Amino acid sequence: MKYQVVIGLEVHTQLTTDTKIFCGCPTRFGAQPNSQTCPVCLGFPGALPVLNQQVVEFAIKAGLATDCSIAPRSVFARKNYFYPDLPKGYQISQFDLPICLNGHLDIEVEGEKKRIGITRIHMEEDAGKLVHADIPGVGDNSCVDLNRACTPLLEVVSEPDMRSPDEAIAYLKKLHQIVVYLGICDGNLEEGSFRCDANVSLMPVGSKVFGTRAELKNINSFRFIKQAIEYEMERQAEILDEGGRIIQETRLFDPNTGTTRSMRGKEEAHDYRYFPDPDLVPVIIDDAWIDRVRATLPELPEAKRARFQSELGLSEYDAEVLAASRELAHYFEEALALFGQPKAVANWVMGEMTRALNEDGKGIAECPVTPALLAQLLQLIDKGTISVKIAKTVFDEMYKTGKEPAGIVQEKGLLQVSDSGAIEAIIDEVLQKEAGQLAEYRSGKDQLFGFFVGQVMRASKGKANPALVNELLEKKLKG
Amino acid sequence: MEIFDLTIHEMHEKLLAKELSSVEATRALLARIESVDDRVNAYITVTPETALAEAEAADRRIAAGDAALLTGIPVGLKDIFVTKGIRTTCGSKMLENFVPPYDGTAVARLKAQGAVIVGKLNQDEFAMGSSTESSYFGATKNPWNLEVTPGGSSGGSAAAIAAREATATLGTDTGGSIRQPASHCGCVGLKPTYGRVSRYGVIAYASSLDQVGPVTRDVADAAIMLGAVAGYDPLDSTSVDTPVPDYLAGLGAGVKGLKIGLPEQYFIEGLDPDVKRSMDEAIALYKSLGAEIRAVSLPHTEYAVATYYLIATAEASSNLARYDGVRFGHRSEAAKGLAEMYAKSRAEGFGPEVKRRIMLGTYALSSGYYDAYYLKAQKVRTLIQQDFLNAFREVDLLLTPVAPTPPFRIGEKLADPLQMYLSDIFTIPVNLAGTCAMSLPAGFCKDGLPIGLQLIGKPFGEEAILSAAYAFERETEWHKRNAAL
Repeated sequence: MKYQVVIGLEVHTQLTTDTKIFCGCPTRFGAQPNSQTCPVCLGFPGALPVLNQQVVEFAIKAGLATDCSIAPRSVFARKNYFYPDLPKGYQISQFDLPICLNGHLDIEVEGEKKRIGITRIHMEEDAGKLVHADIPGVGDNSCVDLNRACTPLLEVVSEPDMRSPDEAIAYLKKLHQIVVYLGICDGNLEEGSFRCDANVSLMPVGSKVFGTRAELKNINSFRFIKQAIEYEMERQAEILDEGGRIIQETRLFDPNTGTTRSMRGKEEAHDYRYFPDPDLVPVIIDDAWIDRVRATLPELPEAKRARFQSELGLSEYDAEVLAASRELAHYFEEALALFGQPKAVANWVMGEMTRALNEDGKGIAECPVTPALLAQLLQLIDKGTISVKIAKTVFDEMYKTGKEPAGIVQEKGLLQVSDSGAIEAIIDEVLQKEAGQLAEYRSGKDQLFGFFVGQVMRASKGKANPALVNELLEKKLKG
Repeated sequence: MEIFDLTIHEMHEKLLAKELSSVEATRALLARIESVDDRVNAYITVTPETALAEAEAADRRIAAGDAALLTGIPVGLKDIFVTKGIRTTCGSKMLENFVPPYDGTAVARLKAQGAVIVGKLNQDEFAMGSSTESSYFGATKNPWNLEVTPGGSSGGSAAAIAAREATATLGTDTGGSIRQPASHCGCVGLKPTYGRVSRYGVIAYASSLDQVGPVTRDVADAAIMLGAVAGYDPLDSTSVDTPVPDYLAGLGAGVKGLKIGLPEQYFIEGLDPDVKRSMDEAIALYKSLGAEIRAVSLPHTEYAVATYYLIATAEASSNLARYDGVRFGHRSEAAKGLAEMYAKSRAEGFGPEVKRRIMLGTYALSSGYYDAYYLKAQKVRTLIQQDFLNAFREVDLLLTPVAPTPPFRIGEKLADPLQMYLSDIFTIPVNLAGTCAMSLPAGFCKDGLPIGLQLIGKPFGEEAILSAAYAFERETEWHKRNAAL
């Protein structure tokens, strides 16, 4: 039988607040184990949580960016279960009254647009970490590091609207792009700042009734999500083909084998005994607060791309690439403000600059050529001070040294030659040297014109003004 | 009069007049503890070294002319308050060796005034009980009769006042845990409005009900203690940011024209005759002082105990999950593996009443039962709150007994938890409503045991309670009697 896959995703994004969600400890990654803790995040007797208001603002931002409605009143609830990385024996999360509801993201897969529903977004605290492997002095015991405990998370829960692994990836990438754009999450997948659980089920093609789902956990890259879903589709299809039934269960993805294995079944599922946390008051958000947060929202990638096309006249592809990351778009717009030719700026940012950064393994934020320097370079080209070809040499030097282009041109004597007398002299020299070619040209081999241009440019070490070279050469050869 | 008999305000005058130093006062109280506490068992931990150091610092502060009302006053703390560097057990084996790394807000505020902490007081384990018999450290005895319980859970806080082992103490009240022992020991006990005093650093039993308050010799002392610990605390999200009045200055307001309500559901058949008589006398006294007495109704009173035992235990089942043997507290030596470590550490660390309440609360929150128990209880709680708000449209204060009977004998109710639970029938509704109430000495039963009177006020109406209590106290001698030890 042929099956249709149905996918819903739950994404945990770790927020880039300076301090934890319910105490003042820093959220920095990679510190000495248990050095970033206090009585509150250690769950000590008598300690009480106090909500970090920045977490609420970040949640509102995420909600607005995904067209959610922001709940005027939302409530923190306790999710009760025992685990050594969970200091209080419960996680403070939100349950029946989350902060954001009913949003959506629009994705595009192979030219087809699709809207994916977002059921809810809620705020919660992260747990700590268990370290099992080879720790000097503790033998085969496990160690608990609670630095991460009480770090703020937003959980974004989608509707089961995705129908292929590619749609799931498109959704994840879109969501990733938005939270990074908003500046609320660093998007670092390896460090676990953006984690995903996938609910996957199959139903016969044409059916409207969803099959029993498995929840896949521990997926921390876009590549793995595809692998995990594809493996799960095969596994479930095999069972269904043999007349078996899918069991509702939680399955762990193993990145080493690309497979999933059962973690716990429905019977072993926790009864989390959610109830409103009596230590925290409801989160009350009025319209004024929402408006204040809305005013701080950056232009989001979709709007930016549309504006790049309509206002700047960029191609769809260029607009897409430049709007894809907030830093890149920011760089582009900074340079554009100083040199008002969108296409030229776009070409350089997407061409020379991206090439240099890629070779270097650097991000745009670390680029030694600032937008101002790039604009200066483009001005030199525009004024005819240097040719595009020379500009590339200058750019490489700028990238290496961070120096101003005018200085480099001066220093290296790269000024473009636009003196007709000087160019004519070079032309004469070349024609004299290449007498054989000249004879061929004269006998009708027109295509040799390009050859002469090249020779002249070379003789001038690339400095001759190419337009002038063309003009004068034409005059000489045809005159 | 002995030094240990002094009230806060009397001692404060003597300290200012240099008739007494804090070191002398502290030594007097420590000596008193030394001489009587083996019989009373009010203290779990006594801290003479730190107390004397604090007393010396207080004396320097007094000498510098910088004394606050509590500077140099020896106070005891229920062992539910976390104290930096001082073992804090909450009456449990689970925390037998737990030394907290921080002070809670109420303790920090007492210390900021220069109060001297003489020790940590006995209580029911995790504040679960009405007799202080569930303490891992043994039952506290009622100083009026050592075979009788002092009430609970703040039994140590009340017994220490009655036995003159502290000048003032702090307790906590979740369902009557300050008022009932204060009543049974002949002290003044005040449960402030929920949110009036920070819960930061108070080991949680039932977070939506727990509240910090003083147990003292008289009403003025209660005003002083409340004034010291009350007020907004950014570390407790449920503390309320409303100004703290000068409680001491307001004491003399009198009761002329004050409307006092008698809830009909609190004056039922079967009320102990001695309790009934004390209430009648108190009512007559208030009338003679110019108060207006009228009957009111709190129609949902009969559901209060059941409601309380669902909400309190539900919250407790979650609050006590942190005692898992991982980071602090008791860890079983016998356990192999994680699940066993949890199970054995908790089985060994918790006593039977705590286990009973964890199981009750876990059940009430379980999937499939939540709506029928926890959610229903929350709805009834709202009705009980409305009962009080309705009554307070007609009257300024409510007057009721604190407990339906005089103090009971040690062991008497241990076998029957339900009987024990019912002893809090008149105090529990106040916690559910989140409002404030006080127990003050109002007589003695024929066996010579104290009987308390409860005044219940509007939310944040502590001033009205204190001034009405003060008016009563001025006309009576009950608070001046001392237990013979």
